[in-house]
Amino acid sequence: MIQLQGIERIFHVGSEDVHALRAVDLKLDAGEYISIMGPSGSGKSTLLNILGLLDHPDRGDYLLDEINTTSLSDDQRAEVRRHKIGFVFQSFHLVPRLSAAENVELPLTLAGIEPEERKPRVEQALASVDLSDRAHHRPDQLSGGERQRVAIARATIMRPALLLADEPTGNLDKHSGSEVINTLETLNREGITLLVVTHDPEIGTRARRRIRMVDGAIEKDESHPD
Amino acid sequence: MKAEDTLQFGLRALTGFRTRTWLMLLAMSIGVGSVVVLSSLGDGARRYVTGEFAELGTHLLIVLPGRSETTGGHPPLMGEVPRDLTLQDAQALLRSSAIKQVAPIVVGSAPVSVEQLEREIMILGATPELYPIRHLELSRGKFLPAGDVEQGAAVAVLGGKVKRELFGNRRALGEWIRIGDRRFRVIGILKDKGQSLGTDISDVAIIPVATAQALFDQPSLFRILVQAKGPDAAVPAEQAIIDIIRKRHDGEDDVTVITQDAVLATFDGIFRALTLTVVGIAAISLGVAGILIMNVMLVAVSQRTPEIGLLKALGAPQKQILHLFLMEAALLSLLGAALGVAVSFFGVWALGRAFPDFPFEIPLWAVGASVGVALATGLLFGVLPARKAARLDPVEALSRR
Repeated sequence: MIQLQGIERIFHVGSEDVHALRAVDLKLDAGEYISIMGPSGSGKSTLLNILGLLDHPDRGDYLLDEINTTSLSDDQRAEVRRHKIGFVFQSFHLVPRLSAAENVELPLTLAGIEPEERKPRVEQALASVDLSDRAHHRPDQLSGGERQRVAIARATIMRPALLLADEPTGNLDKHSGSEVINTLETLNREGITLLVVTHDPEIGTRARRRIRMVDGAIEKDESHPD
Repeated sequence: MKAEDTLQFGLRALTGFRTRTWLMLLAMSIGVGSVVVLSSLGDGARRYVTGEFAELGTHLLIVLPGRSETTGGHPPLMGEVPRDLTLQDAQALLRSSAIKQVAPIVVGSAPVSVEQLEREIMILGATPELYPIRHLELSRGKFLPAGDVEQGAAVAVLGGKVKRELFGNRRALGEWIRIGDRRFRVIGILKDKGQSLGTDISDVAIIPVATAQALFDQPSLFRILVQAKGPDAAVPAEQAIIDIIRKRHDGEDDVTVITQDAVLATFDGIFRALTLTVVGIAAISLGVAGILIMNVMLVAVSQRTPEIGLLKALGAPQKQILHLFLMEAALLSLLGAALGVAVSFFGVWALGRAFPDFPFEIPLWAVGASVGVALATGLLFGVLPARKAARLDPVEALSRR
C-alpha cells in the first residue's frame, strides 16, 4: 500500500543543514498496526508528515496505492489527503466555535457532500466513538478523552485507508489515553491501516509492528504477530 | 465545498469572534453611514438652494445697472459711470417678442408709522407685474392696481410681519399709514412665504414704483425683473435686453443681465461638486474601514493558523481556504454596510423630523455606491490575508499554538 524509497528530508536551521530523515526505506501493507518510537528529534514526526502528504521529501519516492506522490501538485496532494488519509493530533485540533457534530462534519463539508448525506454519516461516526450524546457540545465542554474521540471520528468519516496518529495520548491522562487507544485499535481491526507515533513504550509496544527511529533513520523494525 | 457551506462557515467565524465582529461592523457602518448621510445632506442643500431660486419666479432674467462682469485683465483706466436704468428702459423691453412681462423695482428703506408706532422698513417700489413674476400671494385685499406706471398712487401692500407689527390683530385693510412724509392707504396684505434668498417678503411694504421714486427722490431703478415667454426664450430675451438697452444708452453696454436658469445651473453645479467633495471625504472612512478589515483578517489568520493547518490536513485546497477567508471579509463589509445604511436611513429620518423645511432625501446612488465600495474594499483588503492563509505551510500551521 505504501512504499517509501530513499526518503530524505533536510531542514535549514540558520546556516546549518539538519538531516531529519536519511535514506528512509519503508513498506507498509494495508491493515497493518505500526508504532513509531524514538527520542525527540529522531525524525518520527517528519516521517509522519511525509506519510500524511503534509510535507514534501527533498529526495526519494513515496508511492501511495501505486501513485507516486512526489510529483503531485499541492492541490492534488490535498485531494489525496482528503480521501485516503486521516489525522489524529496530540492537541486534537478541533475548531473551538463548532460543536462536536460540526467538527466531525467538517471533512464532508469541505468535500462538498450534500447535507442530507452528511447527517447520518456524522451520527454514525459519533456513535462509533460512543459520543452520540455529546453531539451538540462545543470542544470546551468536552473532556480531553472525549475531544480526542471527536477528532478520531472526524479523521475517519471520509473512510480513509490510512490513519496517522501523532502522540494521540500525549495530552491525556492514563484512563482516557487507553480509551483513545482502544478506539484506534478497534478501527484497525475493522481494516484501517493505523500508524501511531509515540513516546510512550506502553502504547508503542501494543502495535504488531514496532519501528524505532534514531537520528533520522530507522534503527529497528520488528514485527510481533499476536 | 458548497457555496452555502462557505457562507455558513463564514457566519460561524463571525459569531465565534463577537467582539471583533461588532467592532468591525461598527467601523464599516460608520463609513457607509457617513457617506450616505453626508450625500443626502449635500443633495438636500443643493435642492434647497435651487428650490429657493426657482421660487423667485420662472424663466426669470434680472437686469442690473452697471457692468459687473469680470473679464480679467486690468480695470479700465477711465472710470465708467453706468447710466441709470429708468422706467422708460423697463417699458422699452416689452418691445421684444421674447419677453412676456417686466417688473421694474426700486428699493429703499423708510420709517413707516401708524399712529404712534414707527418702524424702519424696507420699501419695494414695484408694478402690478411683480405679483405674477415673483409668485406672490395675498392673504387679504388686492395687489397694486394696474394703470399708468408713471403715475403712482398712494397705496401700499404690506408683508405679513409688517402688518402684525404695525396693527397687531386689528384690521389693516383700508387704514392709512405714513411712509416717510407721505400717507398711504393699505390695500392688501401678503401671505407669509418664508425667507426667499435672504429677502423676507413678509418684512416689506410694496408701493407703486413711481411713488417710490418720488419718495426716495431717485429716478433710477434698483433692477428690472424680466420674465421670458418660455424656457427657450431665455437666451433671445437676454440678447434682446442687451440690444434694447444699448440702443437706449447710446451704444454703451452698461447693464448686467443675470438669467435665473444660468444661476440655477451654477448653483446646481456648485452644490453637486460640494456634495461629491464631502462624500469623497466621507469615503476616506470607508477606505480606513477597508484597512481595518485587512488588519482584522490578518489577526484572524494568525490566530487561527492551527485551524488553517487542520483544514489543509483535511484536504482543503488553497483555493478553498482563500474562499473561506474572502467570504469572511465580504460578510464583514456587507453586514457593516447594511448596518450603516440602516443607521443612515434612521439618521436622515430623524434629521428630517428635526428640520422639516429642509428637503432631506437619501440619494439612491449614494446607497448603491457606498455599499459597492464597502464590498470592494472588503474584498480588496481581504485578498492579502486570505492569500496568506491559503499559502501557509500545513506542518508549520499545525504546530503553531
